[in-house]
Amino acid sequence: MSDGDIVQDRAASGAAEGGGIMRFPAEAVLRLESGARVHGLEVAYKTYGQLNADKSNAVLICHALTGDQHVASPHPTTGKPGWWDKMVGPGLPLDPARYFIICSNVIGGCMGSTGPASTNPATGKTYGLAFPVITIADMVRAQVMLVEALGVERLFAAVGGSMGGMQVLQWAADYPEKLFAAVCIAAAPRHSAQNIAFHEVGRQAIMADPDWRGGDYAETGVRPEKGLAVARMAAHITYLSEPALQRKFGRELQRDGLSWGFDADFQVESYLRHQGAAFVDRFDANSYLYITRALDYFDLAAAHGGVLAQAFRRAREVRFCVFSFTSDWLYPTEESRAIVRALNAAGARTSFVEIETDKGHDAFFLEEPVLREALRGFLDSAAQARGLT
Amino acid sequence: MKAAPVREDFREILRLVRPGARVLDVGCGEGELLDLLAREKGVDGRGIEISAEGVSACLARGLAVVQGDADRDLDSFPAQAFDYVILSQTLQAVLNPRHVLGELMRIGGQAIVSLPNFGHWRVRLDLLAHGRMPMTGSLPEPWWSTPNIHLCTLRDFTALCDDLGLRIDAAARLSEGRPARPIDPSRPIENWRSEAALFLLSRRDGAPGPGVGSQKSDLFE
Repeated sequence: MSDGDIVQDRAASGAAEGGGIMRFPAEAVLRLESGARVHGLEVAYKTYGQLNADKSNAVLICHALTGDQHVASPHPTTGKPGWWDKMVGPGLPLDPARYFIICSNVIGGCMGSTGPASTNPATGKTYGLAFPVITIADMVRAQVMLVEALGVERLFAAVGGSMGGMQVLQWAADYPEKLFAAVCIAAAPRHSAQNIAFHEVGRQAIMADPDWRGGDYAETGVRPEKGLAVARMAAHITYLSEPALQRKFGRELQRDGLSWGFDADFQVESYLRHQGAAFVDRFDANSYLYITRALDYFDLAAAHGGVLAQAFRRAREVRFCVFSFTSDWLYPTEESRAIVRALNAAGARTSFVEIETDKGHDAFFLEEPVLREALRGFLDSAAQARGLT
Repeated sequence: MKAAPVREDFREILRLVRPGARVLDVGCGEGELLDLLAREKGVDGRGIEISAEGVSACLARGLAVVQGDADRDLDSFPAQAFDYVILSQTLQAVLNPRHVLGELMRIGGQAIVSLPNFGHWRVRLDLLAHGRMPMTGSLPEPWWSTPNIHLCTLRDFTALCDDLGLRIDAAARLSEGRPARPIDPSRPIENWRSEAALFLLSRRDGAPGPGVGSQKSDLFE
């Protein structure tokens, strides 16, 4: 692919923080797994730190379903701190003083990368459902284009949690020669029936909202906020553990006494409503459909004769570190163990830690000292082996 | 659960392992042995460790270690993936020692196994004199809290090896604070005087022995 005519909007070029939108020329076609093609790909990204002289210190962080490129800087809409500010920053395991950290919005997303809210060059209108269905492998292919356009031939590491972890696994399967190390946190090698089922609830909630209009809501100025909020509420439950919900809310009431109606009596109801309402401010309903679909289609073994170890057969030289959380019931430890078993069978250099926590799936971006220190140990020693200072 | 004599174990293992070999240390703790083997013998080492803290310590040392246990997680490794599989002072603490020993020999060309000897004279005397479960240097905990749930004597262990078709390539007596000494484990006297022992094992059917592991590690069964 050509990276000759790339237009970059690098905010504060040369400074420790950079990024913008990487616009690929129309002839740099992104071929999707479905057979469809995307022309004029745009990838929104952020960078932290500087690429070193021998271009060996680049780390790609892959975000989760509702994440974005703002990994360690405030979100432009909500103003909230970056979603992984516990792990990325000065003195933290992913320190911009040491690494050139790249995080891009996945394709299909709604934070600047090409997705269903982009303009379809064929019609001049917003894609909506005319946007082709994408997969995790397609997201990774777009990341490869971005990384190459940034002048990086081989990453020091790809790091991600949840859907980001799946992208890391896909990198290891498809581009092992471009990875020195890989970190996969709270992920799975495929979506289970239960995972697909929860996503289907979310998608049906969006599509049942009359404001969704078959996906063509962009021109109406009204978005299917109710449906998207319900989708978020259902999904959010899967990110938390029962003990965490119990500890946070129990059966506590919003105010004294029951309303004997359908207001949010319980604190947990009010919390979920708030989660739903806050989500629609920063996320697009069609993107939610596309990205959940990409997750449901994810089955890394399927493309390799049903044998997961085969997916990693070329990744023997990559240093892997896999993490899971004891209370994660979205992608339970058993899923991570399946990944580890396959990596062992492929002869890859694999480490695995199961973190004891009751915070559920979301533990990966919350304060988890054991995770932080284990990741620090893994990355520091890998950096040493790579000759990074 | 590296019980006492630890240093002697390590020194003897260091002596037995060929330079540059592929080694799996099952129950590797904080990775002291793997670290030692990497530094002194240039081995390509991997580990299995049951505690997250142990794994974290190993990660900080740059070791590749998987959290898991001997009973459950050996089956993920393909046959003959390693030249040596080490199980140090752990066999007596697993749920199914026979299965674990079989697994060690499946995934490794040779196995290095050390274990406390319940046939040691002090153990026998203790039991005879007091009629209670013995507590010694190798077996320091009372019966109700000991992790050692499958204790055996040297004769028991050599009988199991026989049963599984294993050959004992080398054996050494381990005593606290003293260097390991080579023994013939079939001699009854060794069953009396060895506090703990270390064995180098391979399969009697001659199938893959030392040295072939790394060449034939095309790792799909």
